[in-house]
Amino acid sequence: MLTMREQWFGNVRADILAGIVVGLALIPEALAFAFIAGVDPRVALYASFTISIVIAFVGGRPGMISAATGAMALVVVSLVAEHGLHYLLAATILTGIIQFLLGIFGVANLMRFIPNSVMLGFVNALGIMIFLAQMPYLVGGGILTYVFAIITLILVYVIPRFFTRVPAPLVAIVVMTVIAFLSGAHLQTIGDLGTMPATLPVFLLPDIPLTFETLKIILPYSLALAVVGLLESLLTAQVLDDMTDTPSNKNKEARGQGTANFVNGFFGGMAGCALIGQSIINAKSGGRGRLSTFIAGAFLMFLIIVLGDLVVDIPMPVLVGVMIFVSATTFNWGSFKFLKQAPKSESIVMIVTVGIILYTNNLAIGVIAGIILSSLFFVARISKVTVVKKGGTYEVNGPLFFASTTKFIEAFEHIHEEKITIDFENSHVWDESAVGAILKVKQKLEERNCTVQITGLNASSEKLYEQFT
Amino acid sequence: MKIAVAVDGSENALRAAKYAIELAVRFQKAQVAIIYVADHNKTKDEYLLSQSAESLTLKREQKFKKVVDYADEQQIKTTTIILKGKPSDEIIRYVNESNIDQLVIGSRGLNAFQEMLVGSVSHKVLKHAKCPVTLVK
Repeated sequence: MLTMREQWFGNVRADILAGIVVGLALIPEALAFAFIAGVDPRVALYASFTISIVIAFVGGRPGMISAATGAMALVVVSLVAEHGLHYLLAATILTGIIQFLLGIFGVANLMRFIPNSVMLGFVNALGIMIFLAQMPYLVGGGILTYVFAIITLILVYVIPRFFTRVPAPLVAIVVMTVIAFLSGAHLQTIGDLGTMPATLPVFLLPDIPLTFETLKIILPYSLALAVVGLLESLLTAQVLDDMTDTPSNKNKEARGQGTANFVNGFFGGMAGCALIGQSIINAKSGGRGRLSTFIAGAFLMFLIIVLGDLVVDIPMPVLVGVMIFVSATTFNWGSFKFLKQAPKSESIVMIVTVGIILYTNNLAIGVIAGIILSSLFFVARISKVTVVKKGGTYEVNGPLFFASTTKFIEAFEHIHEEKITIDFENSHVWDESAVGAILKVKQKLEERNCTVQITGLNASSEKLYEQFT
Repeated sequence: MKIAVAVDGSENALRAAKYAIELAVRFQKAQVAIIYVADHNKTKDEYLLSQSAESLTLKREQKFKKVVDYADEQQIKTTTIILKGKPSDEIIRYVNESNIDQLVIGSRGLNAFQEMLVGSVSHKVLKHAKCPVTLVK
């Protein structure tokens, strides 16, 4: 692992350039995510600024970009609608505390237990939800709305073919906004829906009653935010580890996400987490160090303060076009092939995860349900025990533990011999239930005057067996 | 004689690799460098479609395993180079830095639609590689 000094200043030139590119790339999505959450663009822009700056110092994956995200915005929609902005800020602070504590308890080590079928379900549902969230700004907006959205979408896909220095969504936005302005087309603009910030964020305490009632309102949201934020952040960290061939400290990242959200809530920002798309842009542009993350946040705020008056003129259909592109890149198109090739249980886990998320509108519930389902499938798969008769020897195949003992006991129900051997060469005795089952089988056979010999127990199975006999 | 071949798991690249190995057979002490570039644009999706970092590595190695096996059959010495980034840039950089005498590359990769969007890897390599390049159809 590099020293702190190297993490900051080991790659200065490339980090500054990449940070500027990412700062540009952050703007469209921050605006769109604010509309998804139902808050002023200011709340998402402040969040993106504060989180980037804080995480540059305390994150565990240098070069990763964190800001306001779609996943987090989707979690808080109903909180904002029912209780307003200040409850969102309070929930953000509480999310920070929860994430920090989870980081201390080593939550990152649990990532191993989340199967990729659940992660696939998560990103696919996220892509679908971001897409659906754009529809209100598109449907019923007249022919011109569709035309602008579709042309923007085409531009976003075609521009990188010729020009890759500046992120394509931004080029498309500038071009289409100019066209809208020159043609005098009447389109809904960002300014019609919200205001731009003209200053840096300031410290403020959320205006909420500090009561148990308040906690009861925000806690479920904070828990969901903490889970969703860590999931996306740790996934992004893994992808960056692979892209850059460098390791990262995932538990430090979890604590860092917590710190960033905690501070962010006091500066008027909505909860955020790592952005996969922007982190990849950063890595591709050569950003590797903490400086790139810092520059991204600082440059974003600089642009907003300087260009805020122009940003309000961006037509909504143009932003919608960009966000349809974002939803399409979030969705994993390889999933269709995955469904055909993967084991049935994994396909079911993915589909159930997507289904539950879309049905409950809650990313966290879907992910947790997916993890539980896949664990059950796993237990079911490894709890297959067979007993094969070879002469007077009965060979046990498969691990013996609480979930597999019933099958084991059944296999010895109809044996009428004088002397048998039960061979555990291809098995492993895992727990008390297993030992209990063996003793039960032995006892029942002996009641029928059958002598039972146990062989082939490996060392740890033997030890466990001896403990109870 | 150092021959390099870029592979991406496609049939076309496999033909290119076989050609490179057969070329190496005709020269004494010729070695083949097998280059595989893990495309930064695909890392996220590949990661999500793999169970773990280890299974992703295994999948990538599978993409040039056939080539290595074939070279072993022909008793040609190979080195495998796994690079990460933009395929065309990484291939060009490696070839120009490593005194390669001859680069062999398939003329088309995996996906025609993607080629339309990001441009042809082989064309770009052909333009910027400093050594002779053989395109295999």
